[in-house]
Amino acid sequence: MKSPPFIMLSSRYRILKKRLHPLTKEFGLTLYVLRKSLLAMIGASIVFIFIFIAIFGSLISPYDPNEIDISFRFYAPTREHPLGTDKLGRDVFSRILCGARYSIRAGLVVLAIAVPAGIVLGGIAGLLGGWIDEVIMRITDVFLSFPPLILAMAFSAALGPSLFNAMMALSLVWWPLYTRLVRGQALAVRETLYVEAAISKGASRWTLIFRHILPNCLSPILVTFTLDMGWVITAAAALSFLGFGAQPPLSEWGRMVTDGRIYLFQAWWVSMFPGLAIALTVLGFNLLGDGIRDALDPKLRRITEVKWKEKIRF
Amino acid sequence: MPELLIECRKVTKYFPIKGFLKDVGRVHAVEQVDLIISKYQTYGLVGESGCGKTTLARTIMRLIPTTEGEIYFEGRNIVTLSKDDLRRFRRVTSIVFQDPYTSLDPRMIIADVVGEPLSIHGISYGEERENMVLRLLEMVGLKAEHMYRYPHEFSGGQRQRIAIARALAGNPKFVLLDEATSALDVSVQAKILNLLNHLKRELALTYLFISHNLSVIRHISDVIGVMYMGQIVEQGSREQVFDSPLHPYTQGILSASPKLDPDERFHSEKTVLTGEVPSAINPPEGCRFHPRCYKAIQLCSQKQPELRDMGDGHIVSCHCS
Amino acid sequence: MERENTLLVVESLQTQFFTYGGVVKALDGISFEILNGEIFGLVGESGCGKSVTAASIIGLVQKPGKIISGKVLLEGEDLLQKSDREMNRIRGSRISIISQDPTSALNPLFKIGYQVSEPMIYHQGMKKKQAWKGAAKMLHQMGIPDSSGKARNYPHELSGGMRQRALIAMALSCSPSLLIADEPTTNLDVTIERQILNLVRELQQNFGTSVLWITHDMAVIAEMCDRVAVMYAGNIVELADVRSIFKNPKHPYTVRLLKAIPLSEVSGKELDEIPGAVPRLINPPSGCRFHPRCQEAMTVCKEDKPEGVDLASGHMVACHLYS
Repeated sequence: MKSPPFIMLSSRYRILKKRLHPLTKEFGLTLYVLRKSLLAMIGASIVFIFIFIAIFGSLISPYDPNEIDISFRFYAPTREHPLGTDKLGRDVFSRILCGARYSIRAGLVVLAIAVPAGIVLGGIAGLLGGWIDEVIMRITDVFLSFPPLILAMAFSAALGPSLFNAMMALSLVWWPLYTRLVRGQALAVRETLYVEAAISKGASRWTLIFRHILPNCLSPILVTFTLDMGWVITAAAALSFLGFGAQPPLSEWGRMVTDGRIYLFQAWWVSMFPGLAIALTVLGFNLLGDGIRDALDPKLRRITEVKWKEKIRF
Repeated sequence: MPELLIECRKVTKYFPIKGFLKDVGRVHAVEQVDLIISKYQTYGLVGESGCGKTTLARTIMRLIPTTEGEIYFEGRNIVTLSKDDLRRFRRVTSIVFQDPYTSLDPRMIIADVVGEPLSIHGISYGEERENMVLRLLEMVGLKAEHMYRYPHEFSGGQRQRIAIARALAGNPKFVLLDEATSALDVSVQAKILNLLNHLKRELALTYLFISHNLSVIRHISDVIGVMYMGQIVEQGSREQVFDSPLHPYTQGILSASPKLDPDERFHSEKTVLTGEVPSAINPPEGCRFHPRCYKAIQLCSQKQPELRDMGDGHIVSCHCS
Repeated sequence: MERENTLLVVESLQTQFFTYGGVVKALDGISFEILNGEIFGLVGESGCGKSVTAASIIGLVQKPGKIISGKVLLEGEDLLQKSDREMNRIRGSRISIISQDPTSALNPLFKIGYQVSEPMIYHQGMKKKQAWKGAAKMLHQMGIPDSSGKARNYPHELSGGMRQRALIAMALSCSPSLLIADEPTTNLDVTIERQILNLVRELQQNFGTSVLWITHDMAVIAEMCDRVAVMYAGNIVELADVRSIFKNPKHPYTVRLLKAIPLSEVSGKELDEIPGAVPRLINPPSGCRFHPRCQEAMTVCKEDKPEGVDLASGHMVACHLYS
C-alpha cells in the first residue's frame, strides 16, 4: 500500500538528513586538516583577501582608479597615496584594488572552459579507449607541445589584443592539461575492483560512469584547479604585460606592470606593487592548493581523524 | 544426484599478446576446463598464482569472454545471453573480492554500496531499500549506525562483511569468493569463514571459493578442484584430495605447505616440487606438469592426459594413476 | 639473563610514533634474546608491532617514529647509542634484513650481480671483480642455476622466487651474525615458499647465522623456528620454545589464536573466534592490552600491565593468570 505523499516526504527528508551527515563529516575533517597547516592557512587568507578585493574592490578603493590628476604624477608612496601614483596621477593602491577583478575573471573564465572540456574529452578518451582515445590524445599532445604563452600570443594577435581574447587564448592552452588529468584518472578507476563489482551486479554503462567513475576522478581536479587559478592569473597578467591582453586604461595588474616599465628607475612603485600583488596571489593559491592536496590525502586524513573525532565530542 | 548449478564444458581462455600489427603469441590462461558445481555446495578451487583460477572465475561470472567452450547456469548457456538475460544472471550471482580496501567505492556510503544492486534490479528504492540494506547488514554482523559512513572508516574485516552484504543483495543463488579471506588476519579470517558457512546454510547458497591457502580450502569446501597451468588436474571430496591425493602436483603442494605441528617438520618430505611454474605463453608439450613431475614417463611429454573418474567421484588427469 | 652464546638482547624497547592524530604507542617495552645460531620467530597479527621491532633493531625507524627507551645489545654493544654512521657500517655486514616484496627491494636499473656485490664492496672493501665473483658464488649457494649468467641479468628478468633468493644472497654476502627476515615468504606461492624455507634452514646451519623470522603465519613458525615470541598490540605476551608454544600455550591470546586457524583435523566445524578487534595503538586499553577481548579477564587486568613471568625452562608469559 503506498503511503500518502506527506508521509513519504518526511521519511524522504529523514533519509536525506542521514545521508548528508557523512558528507558534512568528511567536509569537517577536510577543514580540520587544513586548519592544522600554517602554510595552508596563510594561503587561504591570501586567497580570501584576494576574492574579497575582487568583489568589493571598487567599493573600498579610496580613489577612482581612472581619476587622472596630472599635478599628482609620480608621487612616491605617502600617507594619502600609500602605494604612490602613476604617470597620470592615478592612485596605484586604488588601481590595484580595482584590478583584482580582472584577474579573478580571467582565472574563472579560463578554467570554466578548460575544466569541463577536459572532463568531457578526458572522460571519453579514458573510458572509450581505442582510436577515439588515440585521436584525442594526439590532439592534446599537439596543443601541449606549443609553448603556452606563444600560442596565446598568436591567438590574441590574430583576433586583436583584449582581455577577452587573452582569456579565450588561455582556455585553448589550458584544456589539454585537464584532459590528460581526467583521462589518467578514468583509466585507473576503470580497472578498480569496485567498478568490477558494480559490473558483476549488472550496473549499466551510465551508472558506472556517473555514479562510480566520475566522482572518483574529481578530487585531483579540485587540487589542480586551485593551483591553476594562480597560474592562469599569472599567464593572463603576462599576456597583458606583453600587450596582448588587457588594454589601457584597464587597471589589470599585468597591464599596470608594463605601463610602469619605462619609468622603473624613477618611479619603481608603479610597476613594483602590481607585480607584488600578482606574486602574492599566486603564492596564496599555491599554498592553498598544496594544503587542499594534503587535506584530501587519505593517509593523512586517517591519522588526523582520531584527534578530530575527539575534538568534536566536546 | 545433486542438482547442477554451474557446468563448464571445455572452457578455454587465451589472452593475445599484441605485437606491432598482429599478435605475436597467446597466454594460455585457461585450457579446456570441465567443471561442475552442484547446488548448495561449496566448490573450492585451489592453485598457485598464475594457474588461471581467477581467469576461470571471471569467465564464469561473464566479466571476460571465453575464447572457446560453454558455461551453463541452471541449464542455460550463459556464453550467449541477451542483454536482459545477462541482467537477470547478474542478479542471481555475486562476487566477493580479495582486497577489502579497493573493492568498495570510496566515495559511496555503505547504504549505497550495499543498496546499489537493489536499485539496479528494480527490487526496491528509497526507504524500502534502506530497510532492506539494514537487514542485510545485520545478517553480516553490522549495525544501523554503520549505514551512513564511508568505507574508509572500517577495518578490513568489516569491509569484507560489507562486501558480503552487497553480494547478498537481491537474493543471489551463487556467490563467487575470490580469495575472500586471503588479505585478512587469522582471527578475522575465522569470523568471516564462520559467517560464510552460516549464510550458506541460512540462505541456501552455492559457493565457488578460490584460494591458494590449502587449510582454508580444506576447511570450507565440499568439493575441491586443483588447478595447474590453466587446467584442472584433480578433483574430489575433501578426504579424497587431502588424504589420498593422486596427482603428483597435489601431492607436491600438500607436502610443501608448512604444517602446524613442530614435530612434523622432521619427517622427510614425500615429494618435493623443484623448479618454478613455466611460462603460460609456451606451455610444455603433453602434460603441462611433466617437467616437474617425479613420476613422469615418456608418454607424459607427448600426450595430454584426460580427466578420468577413479570411481566415487575422485577425478584425476594423469597418465600414471 | 646474559649467557655466553647470546647474540642479541632487546631490553624494554619502547618505540612511539608522533603523528598528527596523536602518539601511537607501537612498542610498549618488549624484551627478548636471540642466541647464536638459532632461528627466533616473532609472530603476531597485523598492527602488533613486529615490523616496528625489526626497524627498531636495525635502526631504520622513520619519522615521525622514535625509539623512546630501551636497549638493543648486539654482542654486548648497544645499537641505540650508535651514530648513524656507525649503524651504516653495521647494516649489511653484521645485521641484514630481507623484506616481504623482493621486487621492490631490488633496484630495477642494476644487474643482480652488482646489487649482490654492493655490500661486499662497501663493507669489506673488495674490488669490483672480486666482489662480482663472490656474488656469483653466493647466488650459486642460493640454488640459482647458472649463477654467473644470472648475475648479469636485471631483476625483471628473474622470477619471484629467484628474486627472493637474490635478496637473501645480498643479505648474507658479508656473513652477518643476524639476519632479520620480515615476512619474506608471505607473498610467495607454497612451492616457492617451501624452497625458500629449506634454503634458509640450510644456510643457517652452514653459516651459523641467527635469524629473526617475522611472520603472521603460525605454520611457518612451526616449520622454521627454535623459539617463538607471540606479540599482541605492542607487547610480547608469550615467549617459549616452539613445541611449548604449540603444544602448551599459556597466554589466552595464543590459545585463541591457535584455535582460530583452520586445522587439518577439524574441518568444516566452527572456528574459534576472538571477540572484538585489535585495538588502535593511539589510545590502547589500560593495563593488559588484551583484556577487552579476553575471556579470563579479571579486575586486575584492567588496571595493571602484566609483567613477564618465567614458567619452567624459559617459557615466559605476560598474564595475570600466572603472576
